[in-house]
Amino acid sequence: MRQADAAAGDRDVARARARDRRRLLVLGLRIALGAFIVGSWELTTRAGCHGPDTATCVIDPFFFGRPSGIVEQLGIWIQNGTAQGPLWEQIAVTLEETVLGFAIGVVLGVIFGVILGRNRLLSDVAGPYIKALNAMPRIVLGSIFIMALGFEIPSKVALAVVLVFFVVFFNAFQGVREVDRDLLANARILGASQRQLSTHVILPSALSWIVASLHTSFGFALVGAIVGEYLGARKGIGLMIATAQGTFNANGVFAAMLILAVVAILAEALVTRLENRLIRWRPNAITDVNI
Amino acid sequence: MEPAIELRGVTKRFVSPAGTAFTALRDLDLTVAPGEFCAIVGPTGCGKSTTLALISGLEPPSIGEVRVLGRPVTDVGRSVGYVFQRDAVFPWKDVLENVLAGPQFRRLSRAEAEARAREWIARVGLAGFERYYPHQLSGGMRKRVALAQTLINEPQILLMDEPFSALDVQTRALMENELLDLWAATGASVVFVTHDLEEAIALADRVVVITAGPGTIKGEYRVDIGRPRNIAEVRFQPRSVELYAEIWKDLRDEVLVSYERTKRSVA
Repeated sequence: MRQADAAAGDRDVARARARDRRRLLVLGLRIALGAFIVGSWELTTRAGCHGPDTATCVIDPFFFGRPSGIVEQLGIWIQNGTAQGPLWEQIAVTLEETVLGFAIGVVLGVIFGVILGRNRLLSDVAGPYIKALNAMPRIVLGSIFIMALGFEIPSKVALAVVLVFFVVFFNAFQGVREVDRDLLANARILGASQRQLSTHVILPSALSWIVASLHTSFGFALVGAIVGEYLGARKGIGLMIATAQGTFNANGVFAAMLILAVVAILAEALVTRLENRLIRWRPNAITDVNI
Repeated sequence: MEPAIELRGVTKRFVSPAGTAFTALRDLDLTVAPGEFCAIVGPTGCGKSTTLALISGLEPPSIGEVRVLGRPVTDVGRSVGYVFQRDAVFPWKDVLENVLAGPQFRRLSRAEAEARAREWIARVGLAGFERYYPHQLSGGMRKRVALAQTLINEPQILLMDEPFSALDVQTRALMENELLDLWAATGASVVFVTHDLEEAIALADRVVVITAGPGTIKGEYRVDIGRPRNIAEVRFQPRSVELYAEIWKDLRDEVLVSYERTKRSVA
């Protein structure tokens, strides 16, 4: 008996070791893959170059940049600041626009989604217009906002709001429509008023739909802010990209992209935490985005 | 004595969005006395659940009248409790919040609602599980939450729509006994819908057989078995077996009609 136990214990230990080995293997291969991509980028932009003409290289670093150049560019920005001022200021401006646009868009989307979801007449009347607005590529509104609201933050926030609003709106609307009829009936029998039905049943039920849209809509908010800055601004990462493009500085474009990627990943982590807070009650709440 | 529930000449039709009408109940008469436990049996789709929806006020009748405690039903009444077939506990509320939802909706103070909720949670045997969410509980435990949630409002009319059909046999027998105990303490009138004739006989004072849709009353049987009952024993009493044979004769024809229909609609 004891021997059997010991054998079973050994198997568990062996399994745990195998798991650890696999984890290390995955990590090692990941690093290798990253090094391979960055390394071959660096090498191909250096190989075969004759003289000062970069067009002779296997890949022309003038157009496609070069990892070492990108790092160098980042170093310059961090030490000397960008053409529009210190780097942190650009990041702060873009973040402010994104977060404001995201927050306003989410709140408006939820409010309108719940109102129209609960009121059939209103949704029937407004339906075609909302669909038409949604079908339109709303990014072109950016030009209008720049003209109307100027080169400062409000025009970028407006563009982000417009992008975020529809994503959240449709999810909130659908979430309200998909509420379990038995739960509604149960709440009514238990004595819930119309208002209590909204706060105790409809909103919490729609929340899982709304929260599911937050990941996508934060991405949209960032797109709105960047495109807005690109179209016309005095500060921000979008403007840095526009400036780099204007001076044929490929490394600058890539460096700004890298900053954006870091910002987006951090924001994604925050949204995931928010999500888990909001829907703690759900079985296997999403803790990480899996491929 | 005035009946607790009275349905007179009730017909209920549903009109689908496509415009076709479906008659769920036709010319149904049913009365339930105060404190009576009435079971309704019938084949699938005979309008059993519709009957409960009418009594609760969730649905109005197309023709006829529904009276509860002497008053015509116009809206969802305060004196009615309803235990649904599927889990209708709120998945985003923990056990405590689920059970105190009723008093909360009825604007009791938070302290009083919570005190009563804790009492009911203990009464259905869930003390210690106050902070668990429904998805963390077993099917039987969720049913207990639903029972506590309904009974905390002290309904005079208790409607139950196949409440235990999703439970395994053992849990089910336990829950049936508990229901009888809880009910004995409240003195509410119960309408218990089930497709399980054995369950109906074991629990009820009276079994009503409804015909295959459109539903109407086919027969009524008084269950002359004393109380308190123990579900596990009642089933094997000679009187139960007799009643089963008697009622099954009525029910079998309706089940066959219903079965033939589903076969045809599938074919």
